[in-house]
Amino acid sequence: MGDWKTITVPVLSSDSKNIIQYTSERKRSPTSMNSQVLRLPLPSSKNMHSFFSAFCTEENIEQSISYIDRELTTLGFPSIYAESKGKELNLISIINCMNELLTLQHKNLRAQEEVEMQHLKLGSDMDHLQNCYAKLKEQLELSKREIVGLQERDRQLQSKNRNLHQLLKNEKDEVQKLQNIISSRATQYNHDMKRKERDYNKLKERLRQLVMDKKDKKIAMEVLNYVGRADGKRGAWRTDKTEARNEEEMYKVLLSDYEQRQKQLLVENAELKKVLQQMKKEIISLLPPQKQKPKERSEDGLVLSDLEEDIGELNKENMWELSCETVREQLTNSIRKQWRMLKNHVEKLDNQVSRGHSEPWNEKDVISREDHELETEKLELEIQQCKEMIKTQQQLLQQQLTCDDDTTLLLQDCYLLEERERLQEEWRLFREQKKNFEKERRSFTEAAIRLGLERKAFEEDRGAWLKQQFLSMTADCKHSENVTTPSAFLRSKYLVQIISLHSSDQDNRLVKPTSQQRKPPSVLNGPVPAEPCETSQYITYNSVESEKAAGASMPNLWVESDDKEEIE
Amino acid sequence: MNFSELFKLSGLLGRFSPDGKCLASCVQHRLVVRDVSSLQIRQIYACLDQIQYIEWSSDSLFILCAMYKRGIVQVWSLEQPDWHCKIDEGSAGLVASCWSPDGRHILNTTEFHLRITVWSLCTKSVSYIKYPKACHQGVVFTKDGRYMAVAERRDCKDFISIFVCSNWQLLRHFDTETQDLFGIEWAPNGCVLAAWDSCLEYKLLLYSLDGRLLSSYRAYEWPLGIKSVAWSPSSQFLAIGSFDEKVRILNHVTWKKITEFEHPATISSKKTIVYKEVEKSPSIETERLSFPPTRELASSLFSTQSKYEISQVPVSLQYIKPVADRANPKVGVGMLAFSADNCFLATKNDNIPNTVWIWDIRKLKLLVVLEQLCTIQCFQWDPRQPRLALCTGNSRVYLWSPTGCMAVQVPGEGDFQIVSLSWNSSGDSMVLLSKENFCLCYLE
Repeated sequence: MGDWKTITVPVLSSDSKNIIQYTSERKRSPTSMNSQVLRLPLPSSKNMHSFFSAFCTEENIEQSISYIDRELTTLGFPSIYAESKGKELNLISIINCMNELLTLQHKNLRAQEEVEMQHLKLGSDMDHLQNCYAKLKEQLELSKREIVGLQERDRQLQSKNRNLHQLLKNEKDEVQKLQNIISSRATQYNHDMKRKERDYNKLKERLRQLVMDKKDKKIAMEVLNYVGRADGKRGAWRTDKTEARNEEEMYKVLLSDYEQRQKQLLVENAELKKVLQQMKKEIISLLPPQKQKPKERSEDGLVLSDLEEDIGELNKENMWELSCETVREQLTNSIRKQWRMLKNHVEKLDNQVSRGHSEPWNEKDVISREDHELETEKLELEIQQCKEMIKTQQQLLQQQLTCDDDTTLLLQDCYLLEERERLQEEWRLFREQKKNFEKERRSFTEAAIRLGLERKAFEEDRGAWLKQQFLSMTADCKHSENVTTPSAFLRSKYLVQIISLHSSDQDNRLVKPTSQQRKPPSVLNGPVPAEPCETSQYITYNSVESEKAAGASMPNLWVESDDKEEIE
Repeated sequence: MNFSELFKLSGLLGRFSPDGKCLASCVQHRLVVRDVSSLQIRQIYACLDQIQYIEWSSDSLFILCAMYKRGIVQVWSLEQPDWHCKIDEGSAGLVASCWSPDGRHILNTTEFHLRITVWSLCTKSVSYIKYPKACHQGVVFTKDGRYMAVAERRDCKDFISIFVCSNWQLLRHFDTETQDLFGIEWAPNGCVLAAWDSCLEYKLLLYSLDGRLLSSYRAYEWPLGIKSVAWSPSSQFLAIGSFDEKVRILNHVTWKKITEFEHPATISSKKTIVYKEVEKSPSIETERLSFPPTRELASSLFSTQSKYEISQVPVSLQYIKPVADRANPKVGVGMLAFSADNCFLATKNDNIPNTVWIWDIRKLKLLVVLEQLCTIQCFQWDPRQPRLALCTGNSRVYLWSPTGCMAVQVPGEGDFQIVSLSWNSSGDSMVLLSKENFCLCYLE
């Protein structure tokens, strides 16, 4: 397409004079020019000027214009004249017509190109096809010749085959014949042998008779003395009884042998059955659980369920005790079925493996790729993190381990010093506390001792005071008899008190040595000793005042005071 | 391994006593009884003629010496050297003689197999067995010595009679479906009797003790048939060697063939060990050579040492093509023996006469092949252990056990060509017999 453009460009860029020249030339020989244009599609640029100037010259401009107009109108283009009559040219229409003609020219050139291309193509195709045809013809010839040769060979081989078959048949017939000959000769020999043997037997009989008749005294045994039997028994006579016994013994021997063999076979059988059962269990465990496609179920499901029931039953019973045919058959059949199922399963797996990626995987059984990848990524991240942690830890360890010896020692020393100082502090504190405790203990013991002494003094005073009272009371009693009973009461009460005081003195004496051990309680009970004295004083006053309540309150008194004394 | 010196012997008659303590040997007409451990002569007995056959009684107290030419059997006692016994068959002639299992009766087979006379050493009674068959093995006793089977032939038909040995009463008498009964053999458990036909017909019949036919086995029809038969010690297997160079093993439960052992001339299985005997050339120091050469030197020059080497499989063995137009061709499995522990079977194929084949019975496969330089004369299993001793006619004895094999030269002057050997029942010594001499070999 580009070619003719480049060539027509110099045509367009030529002068207007040349255009006129061209048009004049065109008028002179329009048909020849048309044909020339057809024949010479791409005229060279140099020829262009002379070529186109031949049609229109300065003389025949009018005629060439009118001719061109006529041609254009016949071709369907609008007229180039401005009006229908007149000699003024419509430049616009001329240009339009020119343009139209140019496009037409272009189209025609294109079409021509195409046609020529097709022509070339068809030509090459034709050549190619001709070559192919020639080749195929050759091949056909060759194969025809080959076929002929092969047919010839086939014929020869078939004839050979026939010959061999014939030979084989002949040989077989010969073999058969020879076998027949052999068998006939064998029977003949047997017959002859038998005849000769009969003769021989006759001779032997004759000889035997002669030997027996001769009564050769020489045929005898000379023995110095008869030897005892090996087992020491005497020889037995041959009687019917012995015969029967012999039979019996023989049968015993046979029976024992059979029994032994049967035992062995039973043992073997039991072992084999055990092995079969084990195998069955293992096969069942190997197989996948039976919950697949319905079609399988329909085929084997019922059978399986029956089988499983049977298996359950058989497993419950003692297999090795049952030896009847049906049980044996059941066992072997069930094993065969299980084995077949296992085989199928294995084959299925093999097929799956061999088919590989092309098969669409069952979504339920297989994890999807993305999930798998996600999981792997997660795991890898985890692994990385762990690794980093391990690395940092290792680094820290390394730092610790690979410090200079001095620094490590120093560090260790620092820690030790710290600890030691802490310990020392604590010891100091402890010792101080200990001292304080000692002091306190001493003070407490002193206080207890003092207290004891004071108490004793007090008790003595009390005792003295009570005595005085009692003495005064008794002095009063002589004077007033009305007050005897209550006073006797009081008197007895005072007596008892005195007795209790004495006993409390004894108690105090007992209590003292132990008071040193009980440090803390003594601290608390410091003020306590004062109380019972006070309370007892109070109680005694009470008792003096309320005589009637004394009987009731007295036991209480004793109990309380006893208690308090014990606390001390 | 110790060897005794060589002693004189005639007729390959050197036998251990059943208890293993004594060895009886014959020199012409003298019977020499020696102690096995010390080889001291215990007794010498003089018989009336050249001894052709000797046999110990089962309790090792008596020895019978049979002189076929004169028709006399003489019995000697070990306990009482003065005791003597002579059985004269007179004009009836003597072809074979043997002890009964109780050691107190002697069975003499008269000439032409007219009858078998049972002479008793305890009583004055004499029994006769009529129409015995003149075959390879016509009289066999069970291992426990209770029953005796005799092959008979009457009116061109074969029969078997079973007698009770304690009182020689006839227990069973039945006919066999054989054309020409060749041999009979009790199973070691004493309950089954195998009977087989001559080599013209391959037929093996198995009878129970009470005379019932248990089974019959026939491998093929026309070619030559059975050559040798052996029971395994446990009575589990019956090995049949035949002229087609194969051994067929029957099992005692179904009496059907369980396997076939082939004896091809080329061994290609990788699992078989092939031991080949090779000669070691003797080293002679030329300086020591003297003239005339001393006897020791001469013997050492001419006797060559040999040892076993393991050959790489595949091995092709020396194969002898049998002569086609002779009777009893040297083809087929002629020697069969099971080891005492039931684990091995030793066979010899007569077309490959230098080789012993040892089969593992537990795996039913060929285990070892021993290839010798000369023809195998005799082999025998140790009665206690799985140990095979064999001799090939030279002065070496060869031993094989699952741990290995060795070739031992019998020391001595002169040539000592071992033709036969026999183990002691205790398994720790064996007697090596040649035509002129014998030697005792102590193994432990």
